[in-house]
Amino acid sequence: MPIYQTTSYVFRDAAHAASLFNMERAGHVYSRISNPTVAVLEERMAALEGGVGAIATASGQAALHLAVATLLDAGSHIVASGALYGGSHNLLGYTLKRFGIETTFVDPRNLNAWKKAINQNTRLLFGETLGNPGLDVLDIPAVSKIAHDAGLPLLVDATFTTPWLMKPFELGADLLYHSATKFLGGHGIAIGGVLVDSGRFDWEKSGKFPQLTAPYAGFHNMDFEEESGTRAFLLRARREGLRDFGACMAPMTAFQILQGIETLHLRMPRHVENTRKVVVFLKGHSAVQAVMYPELDTHPDYKLAKQLLPRGCGAVFSFDLKGGREAGRRFIEALRVFSHLANVGDAKSLVIHPATTTHYRMPDEDLKKAGIGPGTVRLSIGLEDADDLIADLDRALKAAK
Amino acid sequence: MNFQVNGRAAFAYTATHAVDPAKRSVVFVHGAGLDHSWWGLQSRYFGYHGFNVLALDLPAHGRSEGPALTGIGEMADWVRKVLDEGKIKSAALIGHSMGSLVSLEFAARYPEAAQKIALIGTAYPMKVGEAFLDAARRNDQAAYDMETIWGHAAQVPLAGNPNPGMWMYGDTLARLARLAPGVLHADLCACNGYAGGFEAAAKVRCPALFVLGRRDVMTPPKAAADLAKAISGSQTVQIGPSGHSLMAEAPDATLDALIAFLA
Repeated sequence: MPIYQTTSYVFRDAAHAASLFNMERAGHVYSRISNPTVAVLEERMAALEGGVGAIATASGQAALHLAVATLLDAGSHIVASGALYGGSHNLLGYTLKRFGIETTFVDPRNLNAWKKAINQNTRLLFGETLGNPGLDVLDIPAVSKIAHDAGLPLLVDATFTTPWLMKPFELGADLLYHSATKFLGGHGIAIGGVLVDSGRFDWEKSGKFPQLTAPYAGFHNMDFEEESGTRAFLLRARREGLRDFGACMAPMTAFQILQGIETLHLRMPRHVENTRKVVVFLKGHSAVQAVMYPELDTHPDYKLAKQLLPRGCGAVFSFDLKGGREAGRRFIEALRVFSHLANVGDAKSLVIHPATTTHYRMPDEDLKKAGIGPGTVRLSIGLEDADDLIADLDRALKAAK
Repeated sequence: MNFQVNGRAAFAYTATHAVDPAKRSVVFVHGAGLDHSWWGLQSRYFGYHGFNVLALDLPAHGRSEGPALTGIGEMADWVRKVLDEGKIKSAALIGHSMGSLVSLEFAARYPEAAQKIALIGTAYPMKVGEAFLDAARRNDQAAYDMETIWGHAAQVPLAGNPNPGMWMYGDTLARLARLAPGVLHADLCACNGYAGGFEAAAKVRCPALFVLGRRDVMTPPKAAADLAKAISGSQTVQIGPSGHSLMAEAPDATLDALIAFLA
């Protein structure tokens, strides 16, 4: 795959330039809007997810922002799972509020709560396929039905599952995104995101999205749905969102993520296999109070996970140490194979203490709702020899006591 | 543009321009199971370059009310009524696949209204395999898969869509998923049952262009050769790497062929 390390593209002539700008011809104008290397990543992700297309972004957070900014205006409302990555929780709970977009967070397992939280301004339901960090399994068939009955789309963050573990569109989700930084890349060398549209949500029928079904003065009075049907969402997201907000992916990053995707089907089974071994070890350890992994029958989503995630529940999970915050500190600092850093989904095993890092801005009440306690430790299991990982954990657990 | 034909709601994309009687008109007719948006780039080009554009949604497709029409002749008559509604006396017709047969039949039935016809991804006879018909009759996903896979050149799933970020298979499948039950089957039956191709060809009095994809497995160029010979003075353009979905797979080459033809 060649890397088109360029900002822009020479037009054949003036007419060709005008036609590209007015969407009469296909092609690339400027790499903020599209780039051939990035486009290959977008197309392959759409193929892996079964969508109509995709937009690669500067990060996973940029993908979430692009989805929200394309569909919602000031005065709009989101119903979101309360079990989200801290950055997403912050964006929805605080930052978007400044721009007039309100979010109601609900217990993702409480289907009635999803339904009750929808109001006349709601435009989006949002959750993670596997919640962060407690691995709450989102009941996509049920939540998408609630969304569709209300004429609304369901957006999911599918970072933890990847297309190898779950196909959210087949379960009913309408839009999804990944932090491509994680399992898709797998190498921990590139930050990126990708937003994918199933093309199955009928914006016209919903009647709640004039952004896609009414003339838009910002692009020659284009009615995106009329213009492009199933491509309406991505058309506006690219032509407005990438153009105006500009959180695009660099071509080198797209190349690096593409290298990762080529081995996704080999890495994910190994991630899951190693995770299962580590989970069994931790579950039987006297220093561990609880392990949150949906393949354990103690996890509240055990049955749902069997149904929605038959290939496994991923490689990121949490456990609670006996001894709280101080034990957590000693444990993390004693680890040698695990890297202590703020990332997941790497080929290398990673560890972090959510209450003081990824989720540190969340109030205690919200932390509790998200299943995070002072002694909760999040692990991302890599591709190393499982025995080495277990030996490292065993040593650190002894140090934590 | 929304209008009524035979008492039912119908839609044509006009590239955000009102019909101007002083301009030449181009009518786009889509293929089986598809809609006006299949012509996105080409219809927009002509709409912004001095033409009236009507990219139609045939009944039961896109934004036009059903039921689906059951024969190519019936569709040609419906197109004529659309022109009457738009107060358009004559137009160039550009049809893809099933729409190419509709355009051909239109030119034969209404020679005074057909200025030119461009037949894209066409064949005659346009026979449809029994397995495909049967799956469509059952509204089985296999029918949508067959239309999607055979509707594109073999290299398409490997990426390289000229339209950045879009996956052609997914786009086609999503469009087909919006069809009401029975519509694809009705379209395929219309193609399969059309028997008037050579008679229509003999009646064509306007210039005709064939635009064919060299890698088209659904309507390969050789399957259009006899029809092209039957239309006096017709021209043929073959587009190298494209399969059946020429407007998506080779949008610029298809557009360039149309621009030259309509000049």
